[in-house]
Amino acid sequence: MRLEPVANPSIWRTTLPPAIAIASTVVVASLLAMAAGANPFSVLGLILKGAFGSKFALLETLNRATPLIFTGLSVAVAFRARLWNIGAEAQLYAGALITVVLGTGMLQWGAFALLPALAISSMLAGALVLLVPALLKVRFGVDEVVTTLLFNFIFLLFISMLLEGPLKDPMGMGWPKSERLIAEARLPRIVEGLRLHWGFGLALIAAALVWVIERRTTLGYEMRAVGLNREAAGFAGIPVNRVLIKTALLAGGLAALAGFSEVAGLKGNLTLDLSPGFGYTGIIVAMLALLNPLAVVAAALFVAGIFVGADSMSRAASVPSYLADIMLATALLLMVLAILLTRFRVVRE
Amino acid sequence: MTDTKTAAQVVLRLDSITKRFGKLVANDAISLSVQQGEVIALLGENGAGKTTLMNILFGQYTADEGTVEVFGQPLPPGNPRAALDAGVGMVHQHFTLADNMTVLENVTLGTQGLLSLRLDRAAARDKLAKLADDFGLQVHPDAKVGSLTVGERQRVEILKALYRDARILILDEPTAVLTPQETDDLFATLRKAVKLGLSVVFISHKLHEVMAISDRVLILRHGRLVAERPIADVSKETLASLMVGSEVKAPTVAPGQPGKTLMRLHEVSTPDRGSAPGLKRVSLSLRAGQVIGLAGVSGNGQGALADLVGGLIGPATGRLELDEAHLNTWSPREAVQAGIARIPEDRHKTGTIAEFDLTENAILEAYNRPPYSRSGWMHWRRAETFTREVIDTYDVRCPGPDTRIRLLSGGNMQKLILGRVLEANPRIILANQPVRGLDIGAVNYVHAQLLAARDRGAAVLLISEDLDEITALSDVIHVISEGRLSPGFARGSKSPAELGVWMAGHGFEAETAHAS
Repeated sequence: MRLEPVANPSIWRTTLPPAIAIASTVVVASLLAMAAGANPFSVLGLILKGAFGSKFALLETLNRATPLIFTGLSVAVAFRARLWNIGAEAQLYAGALITVVLGTGMLQWGAFALLPALAISSMLAGALVLLVPALLKVRFGVDEVVTTLLFNFIFLLFISMLLEGPLKDPMGMGWPKSERLIAEARLPRIVEGLRLHWGFGLALIAAALVWVIERRTTLGYEMRAVGLNREAAGFAGIPVNRVLIKTALLAGGLAALAGFSEVAGLKGNLTLDLSPGFGYTGIIVAMLALLNPLAVVAAALFVAGIFVGADSMSRAASVPSYLADIMLATALLLMVLAILLTRFRVVRE
Repeated sequence: MTDTKTAAQVVLRLDSITKRFGKLVANDAISLSVQQGEVIALLGENGAGKTTLMNILFGQYTADEGTVEVFGQPLPPGNPRAALDAGVGMVHQHFTLADNMTVLENVTLGTQGLLSLRLDRAAARDKLAKLADDFGLQVHPDAKVGSLTVGERQRVEILKALYRDARILILDEPTAVLTPQETDDLFATLRKAVKLGLSVVFISHKLHEVMAISDRVLILRHGRLVAERPIADVSKETLASLMVGSEVKAPTVAPGQPGKTLMRLHEVSTPDRGSAPGLKRVSLSLRAGQVIGLAGVSGNGQGALADLVGGLIGPATGRLELDEAHLNTWSPREAVQAGIARIPEDRHKTGTIAEFDLTENAILEAYNRPPYSRSGWMHWRRAETFTREVIDTYDVRCPGPDTRIRLLSGGNMQKLILGRVLEANPRIILANQPVRGLDIGAVNYVHAQLLAARDRGAAVLLISEDLDEITALSDVIHVISEGRLSPGFARGSKSPAELGVWMAGHGFEAETAHAS
């Protein structure tokens, strides 16, 4: 067997493989549910119901999708320019850190001034965190996969140190957590009484803006050119390194908004379990979305739905919620395969 | 036409092959047959459908209509392995070799199981040695492919096909990358192959090569087979007119009217890179209204000079002057803004972005300036209008401006690049191998465009390994050898043989001695 490129893929070739990938994911999940001794249809039904079946479930899914949209956008932007940012996790925590540093009383401003200030400083912090690996890459050719990945661990330990030291909440009964944000630093709910905060709205706006940047601005053109052919881009006069740095700043800032939104919208303080790997899951989200910023929203909802639905399902059907992880991993692997099949044809020899 | 020829076995038959790409009919009901021990040439302009046809034969594409028969057996469509097994071997224009592996490993790649024995390798080595001997394809089996010259790599590609017992060899533009000497060697190999009973399909647009090697020539135009002639019955002129559909006029080159010096290199040196030498104290003046030709064997510093003029590198020592002003900073963007049109050597890798469409490629150098970009926003409609103009003016054959450029033939790609840089009314044109791999129609077109730009007052720096091209077009010729530049020779003042002496690296010592 070998692969050969398809010159002009038909509409079926571009839509069918991803659809089959999703369907196969469902099949795999069903088989696993059966292995766990449950009825696969009821398990899938429970996941669906748990994710989207009630107002509460839907809002929970939207809340869970919010940080994933930000980290997914971050990865999508970076990967588009072939900047392999694996460090959205660290950038997320950088945003969260700045939010609690400034938002727990240091700035005593009204919400209309404070919230934008927190969002912007978060973005700056995240941008700074990715700037270091990006500079190392363009200056010394250091592989950003390694640096951004390792930075995640360094940064998490740094946060841990702060939470045990200067940032530790004196009223926290000894738990490693920060003080709570002041009221003006909390993101309000979109509709009063419903558990959905403005972080989600911000995420949608961010997705739209990233799409506009990529398609309609000079920077977006540069980022795509650099990602597709660095040599030709450089030859044509596109300042490749500068574009990579700008991309890094944007990607870092987007991931940091996930941290800001989680702290200011949901949690209210910083703990070490703020992110259950949102930064890494962002890679899955971006890949599922084929790096398209608008599709990132859909992919984030899909991923969040599976997590939320599986949690709820495992309580009802006593099938472990690890099923969610397996489903996501399967979906990702099959989607990567499906993407390959949209661009290449398998020829049997 | 002798009886033995007509009675010979037909080894390959294509029957009414049709292939469409969207609205474009790349192959329109093409039928042809190849006999044993025969060399046929497929001749045609860029985009005439030669490569598409061969890709169908070799199973890279599936035909919309028509069938392929090899040795009387129909070939299943879209299956390269079937073509290989049936004895069809293809040598592509762009080599498909692994640089970090040896010749032997490359040749045997894919023919052996994962756990091949030492014994198999010894057998493979013997087989390779025998093939190399039979066909006159000398390469060291243990040399790393990355260290071979272009000509040697091509030998490896041919050996690869022969190793898989190919009885029909398809060569797509095989001479595009070869020196005249290497081309002669290739032809010797092909003659041996034919004597041993193989058949050869030779795709080219170099008329004298087609005349030299083939028995029969088939001419494609706009996807149609327009003529099929025994080579004995045709002349170069008839071939050329059949190919482009009208009498071809080689551009008559009037001498240029030299104006003032636009760019000057003074004692410029640049660092060596790998095996290619950098420039060694090169002084050169580019004057308005002149074609300055740079002759030389590939890899003697042409790349460094092209990069210097194109803004990719600056001088390590020495001075670079533009309009008599010394340049302190120098980048591709500054070069573009200084009015330098740059036609890069490699259309695919540096000239275009394959996955971008024509519009996005057409503005690659101007994307950050009005009218295509204003305060950070792209104005795609203006870009598309510009692209349509380029498509019309430069006769770029394509389905439309939103086509991905990788679907275009080399000639059409080059026309787009030409349009991109010439529409900016450049003052200096850096043309690095501008017609490599193009057919005669496109070659004449590109040359005419360069000369027209010269007559409008541009300075043209023409870099080519084709001495004929250099001598035909250049008002002043410099020879480059190991990074050293000869003095400028006026048009017609040196014979090709005399230039050859400089190209071989002689004469420079006397020159430097004289200078110091």
